Amino acid sequence: MNFDWLPKYAPLLLNGMITTFWLVLTSGILGFALAILVGLGRVSRNPVIFGISSAFTSIIRGTPLLVQIFLLYSGLGALFAMFPEIKSTYIFKQYLRDGFLYIVLSLTLSVGGYVGEVVRGALLSVPRGELEAARAYGFHGFGLVRRIWLPRALQSMMPTFAGETVMLLKATALASSVAVVDLLGAANKVRSDTLLTYEPLLFVAAGYFICTLVIEAIFRRYERHYAKMHRPA
Amino acid sequence: MNGFFNLLGWGDAGWSDDLAFGLMITLEISIGAFLVGLLIGGLAAWTKLRGPPWAVAMANGYSTICRAVPEVLLIIILFYAGQAALTGLLAAIGLNNLNISGFAAATIVLGLVQGAYASEILRGAVIAIPKGQVEAARAYGLGGFTLFRRVTLPAIIPFALAGLSNLWMVIIKDSTLVSVVGYNELMFTTKQAAGGTKYYFSFYLLVAVIYYVITMISSGGIRMIENRVRRWMPRLS
Repeated sequence: MNFDWLPKYAPLLLNGMITTFWLVLTSGILGFALAILVGLGRVSRNPVIFGISSAFTSIIRGTPLLVQIFLLYSGLGALFAMFPEIKSTYIFKQYLRDGFLYIVLSLTLSVGGYVGEVVRGALLSVPRGELEAARAYGFHGFGLVRRIWLPRALQSMMPTFAGETVMLLKATALASSVAVVDLLGAANKVRSDTLLTYEPLLFVAAGYFICTLVIEAIFRRYERHYAKMHRPA
Repeated sequence: MNGFFNLLGWGDAGWSDDLAFGLMITLEISIGAFLVGLLIGGLAAWTKLRGPPWAVAMANGYSTICRAVPEVLLIIILFYAGQAALTGLLAAIGLNNLNISGFAAATIVLGLVQGAYASEILRGAVIAIPKGQVEAARAYGLGGFTLFRRVTLPAIIPFALAGLSNLWMVIIKDSTLVSVVGYNELMFTTKQAAGGTKYYFSFYLLVAVIYYVITMISSGGIRMIENRVRRWMPRLS
């Protein structure tokens, strides 16, 4: 085992780590917002909304994430490039050629699909009596969803947040397959520069492992704090 | 679009036969990895339930690491390490077939990642069996492997089925990750087809549809197995 390269490549690895962090943060927040919409759509009585959200979760969960990433990155990217009007624009040159954007988009859709089903389960697990009580107090429509149904559902989802975030962290490693220099991408760069096969990979594996432990610790702490605040009287 | 359909012929000019071959490899490594995962998961679950403390700690460490490190990273590390080991092993017994060791490495690596999840599912299923059932079987004189085969195993399956069928869906999707290390399965073939012909969108859309069909057929099959396995259990709601 040879770790002499570590000081020289530390800035690269740190930048990769930061990229991974941003991927988790942006696609986590956007994906969670999408998941709430999808979850609400999956319990909707409107057949069109129900149909669209069901098809969405089915497709996202039924195809590999790597295929989705390539479909969006190479497929959509190539499709954009076929139209000179789009290709010559500032937006295309600045953003639409960058893998980061496509990774955020793929991960957002993925979180929306997988967590959307968790949100659906949580929405269905809210006791009916509570919703009836809210209706008796005059809540209805969007107000009922926003003030009673969704908060109760999210509360019952609390224990799944840590696991879903870890899944997202692991999924971000696929960013390196479309030339985004995340933590794994940085390791691949070190490997091609130094011709070492295992050391950079083992080093970032330890990095991901520590990140997982940190995520779990943060959520556990938050959960305990939350449980203390909402202790039944 | 017309040009794309011309590319889908069979034979040297078309990509259909290559994609069909890739699909076959994908199914082979998925089934192989699922079985390897069950075997490793079964051993790890058994260790966690019955093993000495040091073995329990090792089995727990294995699960924790496999669940905390990205699958794609584990696959890259283990694929190179595994292939080197297997090639060395095969060379030692006088075989020099890289092709076999590539397939074996892909299957074993995916199986190792699966095994970590399988072990937790199986452990949970064993714990869920009511103790009285095993005691009753012992009282009737059953023991050892017969007890496992006639009582424990049939009781585990309904509890483990949901988790294991979920794992099957995961392995189909995770099998694409071996394309990252250049192993030639469906995803890798598709990358070559897309890059070679420049029909990126069409080929990736096509392969997405293929994977979607596989998972849809699988979920139909799983539902049938579920109904059969749970036939003696009281129906919920």
